[in-house]
Amino acid sequence: MDFKKDFPMLNNDIIYFDNAATSLKPKCVIDAITDYYYNYSSNAHRGDYKLSVKASNKFEDTRRKVKEFINADSEKEIVFTSGATESLNMIVSCFFKDILKENDEVITTKSEHASVILPWFNLENEKGIKVKFVSLDENYCLDENTVISMISDKTKVIVLSHITNVIGDIRNIKAIASEAHKRGIYVVVDASQSIGHINVDVKDMGADFLAFSAHKMLGPTGVGVLYGKEEFLKKFKPFKFGGGMNISFNSPKEIEYKDLPYKLEAGTQNIDGVIGLGTAIDYINKIGIKEIERIDNELKEYLIEKLKKLDNIILYNEKAKSSLVIFNVKGVFSQDTALYLDKYNIAIRSGSHCAKKLEDELGISNTCRISLYFYNTKEEIDRLIDALNNKNILEESIGV
Amino acid sequence: MDNDLKREIIIDNFKNPNNKGLIDDESYIKEKKASDSCIDNFTVQLKLDNDVIKDIRFDGEACAIATSAISISIDKLIGKTKEEALNIINNYLNMIENKDFDKKLLDELIIYEDISKQPSRTKCATLGILGIKDLLDK
Ligand SMILES: Cc1ncc(COP(=O)(O)O)c(C=O)c1O
Repeated sequence: MDFKKDFPMLNNDIIYFDNAATSLKPKCVIDAITDYYYNYSSNAHRGDYKLSVKASNKFEDTRRKVKEFINADSEKEIVFTSGATESLNMIVSCFFKDILKENDEVITTKSEHASVILPWFNLENEKGIKVKFVSLDENYCLDENTVISMISDKTKVIVLSHITNVIGDIRNIKAIASEAHKRGIYVVVDASQSIGHINVDVKDMGADFLAFSAHKMLGPTGVGVLYGKEEFLKKFKPFKFGGGMNISFNSPKEIEYKDLPYKLEAGTQNIDGVIGLGTAIDYINKIGIKEIERIDNELKEYLIEKLKKLDNIILYNEKAKSSLVIFNVKGVFSQDTALYLDKYNIAIRSGSHCAKKLEDELGISNTCRISLYFYNTKEEIDRLIDALNNKNILEESIGV
Repeated sequence: MDNDLKREIIIDNFKNPNNKGLIDDESYIKEKKASDSCIDNFTVQLKLDNDVIKDIRFDGEACAIATSAISISIDKLIGKTKEEALNIINNYLNMIENKDFDKKLLDELIIYEDISKQPSRTKCATLGILGIKDLLDK
């Protein structure tokens, strides 16, 4: 199928291989956002007139779509946030901060994103909890049995990305969660890289909390989702107070908050962003998540096969199953490779990709990352390979 | 200077930079300099004696432009007085920002003259020398 026509950015003669940073947006998502501003711009949950009712309905439609998309039990479990980072911070600040004690252990890995690790590092500094790192296997992937074997009486939380943003390994959350739940351990999942790429089913995997951003799954920036099981989300202490989240406030002693999810959504929300997210979900459902996964895999295998034929390329994560490939060109710093490819209008990411602890395991801190999505094509990969099949990349990257 | 020669100097200094690797010596002052727009990352060490730069060292991972630029700057600045060095650095920064500058002061550093045409590279070309400048301003 030709998806190119759906993505206005792809009319610009660019090859976009940085989908793990943010995906491109289909025209229908952009149109849904402008439609709101052109035709029913108004605040949600407030007005008594038709426009506002429509805005509220569209906003709440998205909540239902998200609920179905990740197979949550109830719309009360879906809280809109500004993105995965905010969701991941709320999980720590609004909940775990109050229930964890000194020396309680939180298990994670060194390949997690800064937004996954830093809130917990902060809690370690504040409360003396202990963040423990599970070691990775020889392919820098995570073996679920290693996680399970690290569980001790002190373990209270396991925090993992479903798919990591550098190595791209797909974690067996289900096996880990089922063991964790037997021992009363909470499971927090960052689905930033898996959402919109593979099926994310909170019940099947057994996530107690889950976070993602709309912008990595064809939606707009500035909006994300916090999922939490209702019984836990109920205990969240709001960290923003204001309009939209209260029922009454006669005095400091007489404040009544709304029920979930509104209690955690103070202030005017990112209405256009949420509406855009709803349309992104519709678009993904139309293609089908299984089909997206199939195309991702086919492209990834093709890319790996072609890269392996080049003798100037070092591949780091061939064994990982998702649509990310990290590599370096021998003797060339990753940023120089990225700037060289930019001359051919090929966008890739270089650096540590916000996973700075991974350096301890990988032994190098900077790599080039190609992250594919279903609208990429084999022809684009061929053009990349042609550009990389060059002995003078370093010389040509300098640009003088 | 022709472009082939410029490129050769840059690549030589990238592959075998001057004074790479820090030393454990209290008489040096030290500063970490990370670029906010890219991934270049340097730690710079400097030793002053009576206002004369005795030594400069650096460590860190960075691209060819950033690494070669700090390498060449180090070569150029060791032995200069603080005042001479700051004058060279300010002229270099003017060159990168496409302002008036004194060519004679810069010698080999002139190879980065055209960097202003590549906006994504100007931060690379100045990262190391700004680290040195910070230490001189201390
Ligand atoms: C694995 C992972 N987690 C979290 C995030 C943070 O997402 P955001 O910046 O949209 O909050 C990212 C984004 O790069 C990511 O890749």
